[in-house]
Amino acid sequence: MAIPIYYSWRNLVTRRLTTVLTAGGMALVVFVFAASLMLAAGLEKTLVDTGSDENVIFIRKGSATEVQSGIERDQAAAIETSPEAALDGSGEPLVAKELLVLINLQKRGSGKPSNVIIRGIGPKSLALRPQVKLAAGRMPEPGASEVVAGKSVAERFEGTGMGESLRFGQREWKVVGIIEAGTTGFNSEIWGDVDQLMQAFRRPVYSSLLFKLAPGADFAALKGRIETDPRLTCEVKREAGYYREQSETLAKFLRILGVSLTAVFSLGAIIGAMITMHSAVANRVPEIGTLRALGFQRRGILAAFLAESLLLGLLGAGSGLFCASFLQFLTISTMNFQTFSELAFSFSLTPSIAIESLAFGLFMGLAGGLAPSIRACRISVVEALRTS
Amino acid sequence: MFILKLIFKNAFRHRMRALMTVSGITLAVLAFGLLQTVVHAWYAGVAAASATRLVTRNSISLVFSLPVSYREKIRAVPGVTHVAGGTWFGGVYVDEKNFFPNFAVQFDSYLPLFPEFVFDQDELTTLLKDRGGCAVGRKLAARFGWKVGDRIPLRGTIFPGEWNFVLRAVYRGANKNVDESQLLFHWDYLNETMRKTMPRRADNVGFFMVGITNPELASEVSDAIDTTFANSLAETLTETEKAFNLGFVTMSDAIISAIQIVSYLVVAIIMAVAANTMAMTARERLCEYAVFKALGFGSGFLGLMILGESLVISLSGGLLGAWLTFPAAQAFGAAMSDFMPIFNVAPETIWIQLALSLAVGLAAAAFPAARSGRIGIAEGLRRIA
Repeated sequence: MAIPIYYSWRNLVTRRLTTVLTAGGMALVVFVFAASLMLAAGLEKTLVDTGSDENVIFIRKGSATEVQSGIERDQAAAIETSPEAALDGSGEPLVAKELLVLINLQKRGSGKPSNVIIRGIGPKSLALRPQVKLAAGRMPEPGASEVVAGKSVAERFEGTGMGESLRFGQREWKVVGIIEAGTTGFNSEIWGDVDQLMQAFRRPVYSSLLFKLAPGADFAALKGRIETDPRLTCEVKREAGYYREQSETLAKFLRILGVSLTAVFSLGAIIGAMITMHSAVANRVPEIGTLRALGFQRRGILAAFLAESLLLGLLGAGSGLFCASFLQFLTISTMNFQTFSELAFSFSLTPSIAIESLAFGLFMGLAGGLAPSIRACRISVVEALRTS
Repeated sequence: MFILKLIFKNAFRHRMRALMTVSGITLAVLAFGLLQTVVHAWYAGVAAASATRLVTRNSISLVFSLPVSYREKIRAVPGVTHVAGGTWFGGVYVDEKNFFPNFAVQFDSYLPLFPEFVFDQDELTTLLKDRGGCAVGRKLAARFGWKVGDRIPLRGTIFPGEWNFVLRAVYRGANKNVDESQLLFHWDYLNETMRKTMPRRADNVGFFMVGITNPELASEVSDAIDTTFANSLAETLTETEKAFNLGFVTMSDAIISAIQIVSYLVVAIIMAVAANTMAMTARERLCEYAVFKALGFGSGFLGLMILGESLVISLSGGLLGAWLTFPAAQAFGAAMSDFMPIFNVAPETIWIQLALSLAVGLAAAAFPAARSGRIGIAEGLRRIA
């Protein structure tokens, strides 16, 4: 007959302080573990949601991001007329020639400077990105010194709120609207009329060209044609893939940082669990003897002590994960190394992270409890009873 | 003397438990030290900045350039000694993974501005004579096994094309705060090529390094430079090198503060482990404490004994951890040298480590000491069974 799980549970409850301290240590480890994975997942989610698989983006060969890229007007004209571009209701191709540069803005409150992406948009830019919605105001008029700011930019940077104005390129730019783009990177951008911005920045080249692939169009053929065209020095990518690449370095950095940190911490927590379980066994030698004398098998004792340490791990993992889940309400804003600009993203708790965290907690419980449990089940009946 | 002996005996009575606790504390102190060193490494560029150097860049942002003709105008500002233009080249050596900073600079005045870059005189002469030449730091040369005379190909990301440089000189830092992983080449070489391929982008530099005679002139000179170019096509922003470097650091300060928070969490975790050990020790020995009390020792003595035991464990862990920080930082720094070229343990880190282990010892003893003080003799003796 197996020892009821209730026995293991009661043991944890009896030594409340020790249980809370051990489980608390594990909870912290699981919290850090979950938080770093959630951060990397949030970053990836933001940049993956930013791109669409139906859009293709053209940037200069060799440049990794739009900021580094430059496409001359004649090249842009040659790409624009590609038959692979989808048409909108009025029969015009869904193509946007865009400019992307960084401007240095100061944060509200702290006044610390940071780079913000400013995107010069064409008439079709909004239609190409259905995830971007106008939350307040209106879009900039073509030909006017007007911009709209993404929601996270408007909250964080001075002069980017509705009705405020920015000064760059010898002009005042009035913020006439706020765009809201769900969890995408467009929340961290400012948009204005491309021709006005090119004038202001004295940069007579586009940064990128974006178009929607017509239904049934062959991406591979388009890529082959553009990249072998001697007039062009362009690279073609699917928009989704382009943004996924931009999340790679930072996401990898966050993940490595998180995993190596937790690896070190978990050793500490395992040691804590080991100490607890060792003393749990040492304190209960006569009790174990009694259980054995009553007829419980060695297997049963092993199971009972393992269950106790697994419960301890689960308790820690559960509370760590519980606390970490509140991080989802937080938004982090940091520099993306690859684009060299500020990007806002939130912690995102995915089911796989929840499972991994719980499994990690159980693993710590198991690793800490295994050796003491084996010791407990090895105790001989007679000796154990004699100890008291 | 007797008390000390008692404390030591008691601390290591459960040898297994004591060793595990000590190793737990060692681990935490070590992790804390490494994390602090990582944060310090982040600020290395700020620490290495000179007070007599200013950086002038385009006021819109770093991706915009400045006309090279500004150089003479800046030099005319009173208090300015040297002006050197430079451009972030952003070239990739074979693969993106092999990242290192590479700049095109006007060597003639750039090198006098950076006396901490130490060159061999002969190598320097050949470097200055060869427009296709480049200089690299000692660490970078060692990383790719480059020797003077080697050809180094870079793929341009901002400036398209394949670029080839001949390694002419290897510099080393005058002190250990100098970044020895940069590649510098002639701005003229970049400019001549741009004139041929993209005339629109020729005659521009990304930034000017400005040397000033006296650190106290910094704000005056900065203002003078910026007013010179106010309302021009390329307005400037001039700040001290320290502020300029700090700007890069603050852009990723969310990550730095995360590392800071985490490094204090480690201490919290280990406090839980140590407190747990002491709580268990005290619980097991309640009847022993009752015996002490029955013999006439007061609560204060018992409290001190528990405190001493806790300190023996935490401080031995702390000392061990602090001692191990040096070899660990060296190994870690070697592995991460591509990302963090400068990785030194700061003396204050060691002090904080020791202070923290002291705090852990005190905190862990507090609760059990209070409890042993409260216990009644009869009650304690009854717990024998």
